[in-house]
Amino acid sequence: MQERYQKLKEIVQIYLPDDVSADDIQLESNFTQELNINSANLVDIVLDVEDTFDIMLENEDMDGMLTVADALKIIDTKIADK
Amino acid sequence: MENRVVVTGLGVCAPNGTGIPEFTSSLKQGKSGIRFHTELEKLKFGCQIAGKPNINDVNLNNYFTNVQLKGLNASGMFYGVIAGKDAWENAGLSPLGSESPDWDSGVIFGTGILGVDKFREAIYQVDEGNVRRLGSTSVVQTMASGISAYLGGMLGCGNQVTTNSSACTTGTEAILMGYERIKSKKATRMLVGSCSDSGPYVWGGFDAMRILPRSFNDNPTKASRPLSETASGFVPGSGAGALVLESLESAKRRGAPIYGEIVGGAINSGGQRGGGTMTAPNNDAVIRCIQAAIKDASVNADEIDAVNGHLTATTKDPMEIQNWCNALGRSGTDFPYINSFKGMFGHCLAAAGSIECVGALLQFRENQVFGNVNCEDVHPEISKIIDTSKIPQTTIDFAPRIIAKASFGFGDVNACVIFKAFSQD
Repeated sequence: MQERYQKLKEIVQIYLPDDVSADDIQLESNFTQELNINSANLVDIVLDVEDTFDIMLENEDMDGMLTVADALKIIDTKIADK
Repeated sequence: MENRVVVTGLGVCAPNGTGIPEFTSSLKQGKSGIRFHTELEKLKFGCQIAGKPNINDVNLNNYFTNVQLKGLNASGMFYGVIAGKDAWENAGLSPLGSESPDWDSGVIFGTGILGVDKFREAIYQVDEGNVRRLGSTSVVQTMASGISAYLGGMLGCGNQVTTNSSACTTGTEAILMGYERIKSKKATRMLVGSCSDSGPYVWGGFDAMRILPRSFNDNPTKASRPLSETASGFVPGSGAGALVLESLESAKRRGAPIYGEIVGGAINSGGQRGGGTMTAPNNDAVIRCIQAAIKDASVNADEIDAVNGHLTATTKDPMEIQNWCNALGRSGTDFPYINSFKGMFGHCLAAAGSIECVGALLQFRENQVFGNVNCEDVHPEISKIIDTSKIPQTTIDFAPRIIAKASFGFGDVNACVIFKAFSQD
């Protein structure tokens, strides 16, 4: 679990704007509202998550992925379903 | 009162030099940027040599954020951003903060086709039913205006931000479009230039047309032979050139360096009539374009003391010289010095005009006319009409005052710009 969170953080930090630090990434952080990630880049985060965890996300999964915790939950579910 | 327009910044990413110092030194020494490319051999190209900028030593983090670099696979974008941001910095300008843009600064940065390699990636994904895997930047890396959009955003430009496209005329056209905009007081400062992708998907079509040299694969630096009797086609190139144009008033206020003044120019088309076709120029249109540029610049044809030609090293070079003679009403020893930089880096297609204008302007600063390479055997049709002393074989110490530069492109389109060494009056 902690390992997945760490991996997710590594993915997310690539897309942070210059004025947001990697330390700002918390479980409850909202990707676009709090971490100021460009909404277009959410698409790229999803692709990176798919590659890293070898899972595939559906459109509805993406719609529900607002915070880091949301993403982790989806990742856990997908891995469990494998 | 119209604005006077001066050039206050230069940037370049050329096959024989990335950055102004390296590029200047290469032009002075006649150093070639044309190399053999194994990739083209593997793909069974007739012409396996090309001009491609070496950006391996460039720290891309100085130009792009990590997010921008992720999945970036558009060579023209690399070249264009390097040249564009360098030119901005060279002009003593810095990117704006995040609050509001500079409403008086714009970008006109042309290209022929952008992000070909990215587009190829996308085509494979789409054809395999994987459209969802394209990522968020397939569009912005492959839209033609991607280059002006990236630059405009990086610098914070709030005036016109656009991309023009007119084949091999593109770069020179972009300069004239920016010039007009400042002259008519619609902008104070314009980053202008152009870029061209490298690689087999850009160059393949020209190879298929059999207009590239095929017998120099083992002797790449001798292949591009503008003005020469043994010219056998143009060597494909790539890269980017960029200029910061600015109203004289603004340049003086900032104490900016001034590389030269743009005093006029003209753009036209031969309409693919009167001998002009999709791929060949209507000579009358070329002559009119040069003459219109001279008239626009309010100079006399006799005052032009250096010409930087389009001169691609095809069989059309003698015709171009004849057109210059007719347009200027000058020939023999009365003809101005003429050079073509394509002997050193090939024909950089959409980037040709801007890279060559950067080179032409550097001649003012260096008080030199850069030498031609690979035309020790001047074409007899050329030496018949202009004296060979006007075709310097090496760089000469001669301070040009007025330089005419022209570019011509597929679609029978022409552009000619007149640069003047800067003086206050």
